[in-house]
Amino acid sequence: MDDALIEKLGILADAAKYDASCASSGAKPRRGGKEGLGSTTGAGICHAYTPDGRCVSLLKILLTNHCLFDCVYCINRRSSNVRRARFTVEEVVELTLGFYKRNCIEGLFLSSGIIRSPDHTMEQMMLVARTLRRDHGFAGYIHLKTIPEASPWLIEQAGLWADRLSINLELPSDHSLKAFAPEKNGGTIKAVMGQVNERIVEAKEERRRFSPAGQSTQLIVGADDATDRSVLETSGTLYQRYGLRRVYYSAFSPIPEASSVLPVKPPPLQRENRLYQADWLLRYYGFTVEEIASGGEGGMLDLGIDPKLAWALKNRERFPVDVNRADREMLLRVPGLGARAVDKILSARRHTRLRMEDLGRLSNGLRRARPFLIAADYHPAGGLTDRLDLRQRLVTPSSQLSLF
Amino acid sequence: MHTITLREGADLDGFRRAVRRLAAAGTAPDKVLWSVGAPSLFGGEAALASEGGAPVFLPQAVGQLIETVVCHGDPERYALLYRLVWRVLNGERALLDQHADPLVHRLERLDKAVRRDIHKMHAFLRFRALPGPDGEERYVAWFEPDHHIVEAVAPFFVERFESMAWTILTPKGSLHWDRRRLMSGPPAERPDAPAHDRFVDDRFAEGWQRYYESTFNPARVNPTAMRAEMPRKYWANMPETAAIPAMVRSAPARVQAMLEAEAAVPRRRMPEKAVAAMARQAPDSLADLNRLIQRSEPLVPGATQAVLGEGPEGAAIAIVGEQPGDQEDREGRPFVGPAGQLLTAALEEAGIDRGGLYLTNAVKHFKFVQRGKRRIHQSPTAGEVKHYRWWLMTELGFVRPRLVVALGATAALAMTGRPVAVLRERGPMAFDGWNGFITVHPSYLLRLPGEEERRRAQAAFVADLRRAAALA
Repeated sequence: MDDALIEKLGILADAAKYDASCASSGAKPRRGGKEGLGSTTGAGICHAYTPDGRCVSLLKILLTNHCLFDCVYCINRRSSNVRRARFTVEEVVELTLGFYKRNCIEGLFLSSGIIRSPDHTMEQMMLVARTLRRDHGFAGYIHLKTIPEASPWLIEQAGLWADRLSINLELPSDHSLKAFAPEKNGGTIKAVMGQVNERIVEAKEERRRFSPAGQSTQLIVGADDATDRSVLETSGTLYQRYGLRRVYYSAFSPIPEASSVLPVKPPPLQRENRLYQADWLLRYYGFTVEEIASGGEGGMLDLGIDPKLAWALKNRERFPVDVNRADREMLLRVPGLGARAVDKILSARRHTRLRMEDLGRLSNGLRRARPFLIAADYHPAGGLTDRLDLRQRLVTPSSQLSLF
Repeated sequence: MHTITLREGADLDGFRRAVRRLAAAGTAPDKVLWSVGAPSLFGGEAALASEGGAPVFLPQAVGQLIETVVCHGDPERYALLYRLVWRVLNGERALLDQHADPLVHRLERLDKAVRRDIHKMHAFLRFRALPGPDGEERYVAWFEPDHHIVEAVAPFFVERFESMAWTILTPKGSLHWDRRRLMSGPPAERPDAPAHDRFVDDRFAEGWQRYYESTFNPARVNPTAMRAEMPRKYWANMPETAAIPAMVRSAPARVQAMLEAEAAVPRRRMPEKAVAAMARQAPDSLADLNRLIQRSEPLVPGATQAVLGEGPEGAAIAIVGEQPGDQEDREGRPFVGPAGQLLTAALEEAGIDRGGLYLTNAVKHFKFVQRGKRRIHQSPTAGEVKHYRWWLMTELGFVRPRLVVALGATAALAMTGRPVAVLRERGPMAFDGWNGFITVHPSYLLRLPGEEERRRAQAAFVADLRRAAALA
C-alpha cells in the first residue's frame, strides 16, 4: 500500500461516513475453505468502535466521490468543492483482502458517486464484488449500495455476488426528494426495491443465492420538514411492501461544504435514537405506527422518554400488568421489559410464581417497569400509574441507566 | 470430603470425569472441594482414561452451559456447575428454564461473560503480516483474553483464515495454524510477539489507521458509547486506537468550523449533463446489447458461454425458444442441437427460409446437471425466465419483428409474464407490445413416444409455422 493509495483511502472513507448502515449480519453461513478466504457467521462482528460510538464492521468506502448528481444533503454532490478521488476495481479488492486478512473487518460496504453514467458506475461496483468472489474466493460479507438509475440487468448481476443490496431512499417524501435531489426519482427507487424484493423471494424459493441478507435503505432525518410520524409511515410501508430487512435513520449531520438550502442547525441526535427505538417497536413488539406516534405530540416523538414509555404513560388504564398472568403481547408493552426478558418470564413462570426479587434477576429494566407491574408479592401502592408526576419520577434520576 | 484437582484453564475433560465419578457414587455437592492445580494447558493429561463412572445424561442446554462456563476464570465455577448437575439429576430436569433461580442466574452471568470475551477476541484481535523464511507471509497476533477461551476461539479463526498460516499468542496459551493442522502451545508473553516496528506488512496498519480516522464523524462524538463496547483494556493491541485521543480532542473544533463556515458557493455545472448521461446509458444497438449479455454472469453457474440471438435485424418473424442445450452451449449458436435440426426441417417443409428469421432463446445460458459424462438439460425456473426477460425484450426492441413466435411454455412465459398451457392456447396471441403466436417447442416432438403420434404432432407444428408466416 503506497502513499497515494492511503491518501485516496482517507478521502473515500471520509466521503462514505454519512451512510448509517454498517451491519454485517443476516447472511447464510459460508466459508472460503482451503483456497479462498474468510467466512460469514450469520451474526456479524463489530471489529472496532470509533469515538462517535458507531461500530466498524465493514470497510465502508466509495468507489469514487466524483458525482454527476446534485443532491443538496450530500457532501459529494457535483457542486461541492471537496477533494475528489477514485479507486480502481483492483485497488478496492486489494484493500478489502488486506484488511480482512488482518482481521480488521467482516467485509466490504461499497457505495459510489455517479460517474459517466449510472450503468457504468454500477458495473464497476459489481465488478469489485465479482472479482472478490470469483477470483479470490472471498467468503466475507459484501454490501453494495445500488445505483437506482442503473439498468435492471446490472442490479440483478450485483445481487448474484452481494450479501445485501441497499437502495437509499434518503428522504421520506416525494416532494422533499424533488426539492433536494433533483436528479433522483422516488418512483425509480421504489421500482428497484420492488425488483430486488421479487428476485430475493424467487431465489429463496429456488434455493439460489441472490442478496441473501436482503435489502436495506437509509432515510435522512432533519434535513426536511418531515415529521417522525411520516418517517415511520414510510418505514412501515417499506417493511410491508418491499420486505426490507432494515431501515436506517441518519440524523442530518453538518457537513463541510454545506449547501445554503439546508437547515443551519442539525437535529438533535436523540431524534435518530428515538426513531430506531420506534422502528424496533414496529418490527418486533407488535406496535402500529399510529400507536407509536400517539405517544408524542404533533407527529413528533417525545425526545425525553423512549417511545414505549411514552405510549404506556398515555395508556395508563391498560396497566399494571400481572407478570404471572399476562400474555406475551401485553408483557412486551411494559416499559423496561425487552423481548428476551419477556421470554425468560414466560418460561420461568411455568415453574414458579414470580416475585419482585425474581424479576430483578430476569430484567435489567425493572426500575422503569415497576410502576407498570403486578408480581406475586407486589402491587403498585395506590395505583402508581395514576400519579401525575410519574413521567418525572421515571425520567430524571436514571437517564443513563434506563436506555441501554 | 472429596477433593478434586483439575488442571489450570478450561478443564472440561477433567470436570466431566469427576462428575461421572461423583454422580455414580451419589456424592452431594457440599461434600466436594474443587481445586485447580498443575498448569498444563492443552490436555497434557488428556491421556488419562475416564476411570470410573458411566456417562451422565444431561439436557443439551446444560451440556452447552458447562462447556462455556468452564472457560471462566472464577475459581468457584466447578463447584457451581456441579451444584447445577446435582440438582438436574435429582428431579429438576428443567432447572435451566428457571432463570430467576439464584444459581441459574449466577451461571448465566458467567456464561455471558465468557461469550462476551470470545466475541471480543473474534473482533479485536489484529493480525500483522510477517515475511516467512520461504517468502510466504505468516500472520501473527497478540491478544489478552480475560478467561480461558483460547481453545474455544480456535475453530472460528481456523474456519475464517484456513488458507493463511497464522499464530495467535496469549498469556493463556497459543495457537498455530499451518493451513493443515492446528497446534496448541504454551502461554506466551508480550515480548514473544514481534514488536510493531519489526513488522513489514505493506503499510496496511498505517492504512487502517487512516481509514479509522476518516470514518469518524466529529459531529457525533460520543466516547462513552465507544468505551462501553470497546473498553480501554483492548486498546493496546489495536493499532487504530492510537489515534483516539487526538480525534476526540479535535472534534469540537472541527464541528464549530463546519457550523461557522458559510454555505459553500456552488460551482455551477450543468445538470443537463447528468440527465443526458442517464438517458444515454441503455445499449444503443443489438451488438451493444450482445456485448452486455456476453459479459454477464449466468444466473445458474456452469454454462460455457452465453448463446446470443441470430438472424437479420428487421426480420419479419422472431422465433423465441427456451434456452440453449448442450450442443448450443458448446458452439455458442442457437438451435443447432437435435431440436434445432427438427425446427430447420419443419421450416423447410413449411416453405420458410430459416436464414430470413431471427432466432433466439428466452434464457441465454445452458443449465444442466452432470450425470457421468453427460450434461442433462434442466428447464429454467420462472425466476430465471424473469431474470432474463429484460434482455429478451431489449433484444426484440432492436430486431423489431412483425411477429414473435414463442416455442413452448418457457418462451410463452417470457413473452406473456404468466404460465401458459401451450397445447390449449396455441395460435395467435397478443404479447406485451408484440403480435404474437404460440406453438409447441420442437423438443416436445422429440419426446413423443409413438411414431404415429409424432407424425401427427409434427404436421400440426408445420401447419402452425405456415399460419404464423401468413400472419407476419
